[in-house]
Amino acid sequence: MTVGTAFHPRTAPLNEHLQWRTWSGFFAASAYHDSHVIEYNAIREAAALIDVSPLFKYEFRGPDAVRLVDRLIVRDATKLTPGRVFYTPWCDEHGKVLDDGTIHRLDDEDGAQVVRWTAADPQIRWLRMNAHGLDVEVRDVSESVAAVALQGPLSRAVLESATGASFADLRYFRRRRATLAGIPIDVSRTGYTGDLGYELWIPADRAVEAWDALVAAGEPYRVRPAGMLALDVVRLEAGLILIEADYTSAIHSHIPSQNYSPYEIGLGKLVDLAAGDFIGRRALVAEMAAGGPPRRLVGLNIEWPEIEALYAAQGLAPYAPPIVSRTPVPIFAGGRQVGRVTSTGWSPILKKMLGLASVGLAHARTGTRLAMEWTVEARRGTVAATVVDLPFFDPPRKRA
Amino acid sequence: MAQRYDAVIIGGGHNGLTTAAYLAKAGWKTLVLEKRRILGGATTSDEIVPGYTFSVLSYVVSLLRPEIIRDLELAKHGLEILPLDGTFTPLHGDYLWRRDDHAATMREIRRWSATDADAYEEYGQLMADMARFIKPILGMVPPDPTSIDPRDWLGVLGLGRDFARLPERQQAAFLGLMTMSAADFLDQWFETEPLKATMSASGIIGTFLGVRSPGTAYVLLHHYMGEIDGAFRAWGFQKGGTGAISYAIASAARALGVEIRTEAGVSRVTLTPSGDRATGVVLESGEEIAANVVVSSADVRRTFLQFLEPGILPEDFEAQVRRFKFRGSSGKVNLALDALPTFTTNPGGTEYLRGAVSISPSLEHMERAYDDAKYGRFSRRPYVDIVFPSLVDPSVAPPGKHVMSCFVQYAPYNLAEGALDWDNQKEAFGNVVIDLVSEFAPNLKDVIVEKHVVSPLDMERDWGLTEGNIFHGELSLEQLFFSRPIPGWARYRTPIRDYWMCGSSTHPGGGIMGANGRLAALQLLKARKTKVA
Repeated sequence: MTVGTAFHPRTAPLNEHLQWRTWSGFFAASAYHDSHVIEYNAIREAAALIDVSPLFKYEFRGPDAVRLVDRLIVRDATKLTPGRVFYTPWCDEHGKVLDDGTIHRLDDEDGAQVVRWTAADPQIRWLRMNAHGLDVEVRDVSESVAAVALQGPLSRAVLESATGASFADLRYFRRRRATLAGIPIDVSRTGYTGDLGYELWIPADRAVEAWDALVAAGEPYRVRPAGMLALDVVRLEAGLILIEADYTSAIHSHIPSQNYSPYEIGLGKLVDLAAGDFIGRRALVAEMAAGGPPRRLVGLNIEWPEIEALYAAQGLAPYAPPIVSRTPVPIFAGGRQVGRVTSTGWSPILKKMLGLASVGLAHARTGTRLAMEWTVEARRGTVAATVVDLPFFDPPRKRA
Repeated sequence: MAQRYDAVIIGGGHNGLTTAAYLAKAGWKTLVLEKRRILGGATTSDEIVPGYTFSVLSYVVSLLRPEIIRDLELAKHGLEILPLDGTFTPLHGDYLWRRDDHAATMREIRRWSATDADAYEEYGQLMADMARFIKPILGMVPPDPTSIDPRDWLGVLGLGRDFARLPERQQAAFLGLMTMSAADFLDQWFETEPLKATMSASGIIGTFLGVRSPGTAYVLLHHYMGEIDGAFRAWGFQKGGTGAISYAIASAARALGVEIRTEAGVSRVTLTPSGDRATGVVLESGEEIAANVVVSSADVRRTFLQFLEPGILPEDFEAQVRRFKFRGSSGKVNLALDALPTFTTNPGGTEYLRGAVSISPSLEHMERAYDDAKYGRFSRRPYVDIVFPSLVDPSVAPPGKHVMSCFVQYAPYNLAEGALDWDNQKEAFGNVVIDLVSEFAPNLKDVIVEKHVVSPLDMERDWGLTEGNIFHGELSLEQLFFSRPIPGWARYRTPIRDYWMCGSSTHPGGGIMGANGRLAALQLLKARKTKVA
């Protein structure tokens, strides 16, 4: 049975149209308001609260916590000092990505290292299996820790007003403890929006109190709850990939082409082959030695005037669906299919149709013009799509 | 040694800046001269009360052309348009709230009239079809009806062909739109007074006409066009106020190499001794600037009667310029608020204030407001279009505080006592607006921190908008398409060689579209290339 998150008593009455979906067995709001664009705007112009509690969360505790992280991730975990956060994929022994998430080094406690590990899919078996021989305890804290993303250009003002503390010095991908309405919480300067923002990690039994405090502090800044539809638009603008949309986890792949190495999903720059061993390293070394994988993740600017033309050809006014499509669509070069577009959506801020695509290496260079299938009234057509650099939208405030 | 420019643009409003950016993009050395201390012309924001940014004149944007946003990469330069959702019409003891949720809106209209709800659906469908039929004109250079160049006629012929293909019902509706009053047109569909009155308002904005004046139906459609633009959504606010649109275009223009000078008012355009070709401009400071082309984004009267010596222009042309109708009819009341006002009868919460609040209870209210104007008085009970941009964009007011923008019609430029009497009547005008809104939201006066009233005379004196017309001339049918601004001169050229126009007096008219500026630049580039070749 689907259940509510720890914030559900507060988020449920806000969901005006009862638009829910399920996320890892929890109710997650698709949109709270008349239109998710209102929420999109809150993320880009003011501040928004996004309940991300359904994320899987694990806590590593013990003298070997960081060693376990180092064994698992493609980055050099020895640099994960207390207060730092890494975004990273992790792979199976074949170098194929299992999942991606943020790994937070919490403050040491009683001389033990403490790590918070977040994931889209359940990982406990994988984590414990690989902890073999290490002095570390791995606990699933998914249900005892609630998480809310406070995102948007005014998120810092809201957070500072709510906590009474300054966050000007908390840099991008750093974290620290804080107190919110008397509740001990953990704050990380992270998010899935490509904007200024924070994620707040809160004891689940006090989630409602924390929500109320954030809403009260956020009122003058027009803070709004935002759902998954708005989140999907901003993450696309930010060029951030989504598991099971832009790539398939090696856990769920049935055929080789459903397996992705980090180099194929735009995360190659995170892979540190020189920094000691990690699971999948040998396979990735071999893959790079052989010239790298044959496909790449790219950003696409899908030419809007050509979409307009397809509509005009049928006597229709152009229409851009406001929701990001996760239906894979073929993309062509010279009449031959060279890949698939995995996320497609309209950017209200850029006035452009954007896509994330997986294409053959030969077609992945910035500026390459491809032809993407576009269907209007069930009639197939193609529109030009140009390979562009990611992210599509990258405001300086994200890191400022 | 003074330098020579390929083009000098008079006026740093959104159109002048757009023209400059497109010319610079084509490699032209371009200079923009703005008379005021801040850029934007009527597309301007100013922190008139500390902490509160007012969109002093124009306050919403709907028609800004998406191709301009893409061509000039305006998002990178700070353009961020936020949707304005819905319209709330307060009444005594009730309200009508149309919102972004279509089904909820239908239920709301059904509360007033079941048949109106059905008609609303049909009406929306028809207007969308009409707008789609007429819309290509916005992106099209108007044809010269006297031209024999068949290429010019393709667009018109295409439109004629499209018209012939429209179903009969739509052809009839189109003719109705072109000839009827907004009130009569809407009467064919609806019976709910606040619905008709609120919808009729878009037929009169920026004109000196009433909702019962023939020809206003077309203006309904003109304003409807932004609304059907698929992805581009309906009306919206620019983050940081409408001035930020101008700043974004200016930033894009600078990045393309445009030089921009403020507090550099132009006193006149210099011509060759024979008077048939422009050679540059003279600033109010006396400084002379040479240019191959001078482009004026000022309105048509300023462009021809202020910047040129009398007697230069062909007599009949000059006579037509003098006849071009301005007749400003609106004013602005901008308020800084401590808190949101509460409307006595409301649906709860504050969401209903996210969109426009329209003081338009009945067609009679609208027409009586015009009656005052006909005889040179500002409306004693005006039509008011209110927005609270701070609800969507908190950056324009201190945390928890609000900005309230009231667009008010009618405020006729020509008062019975003369336009100059606006300075005596402005205070009373502002109070009439506040009193009227207070009838519906009684706590308004308690939350006002400061008020700022803009009269049509202020618009003329401070922004150079002749007779205070917000669109550089009325958007009435006889002043649109190939008749805008002067029949035969709708293609951004003037009778003086190398002197061009790019402001809202030109096709396709006023509003923050930028289409005028873009089309003017494209025409100019085309003309010069042809000449070079």
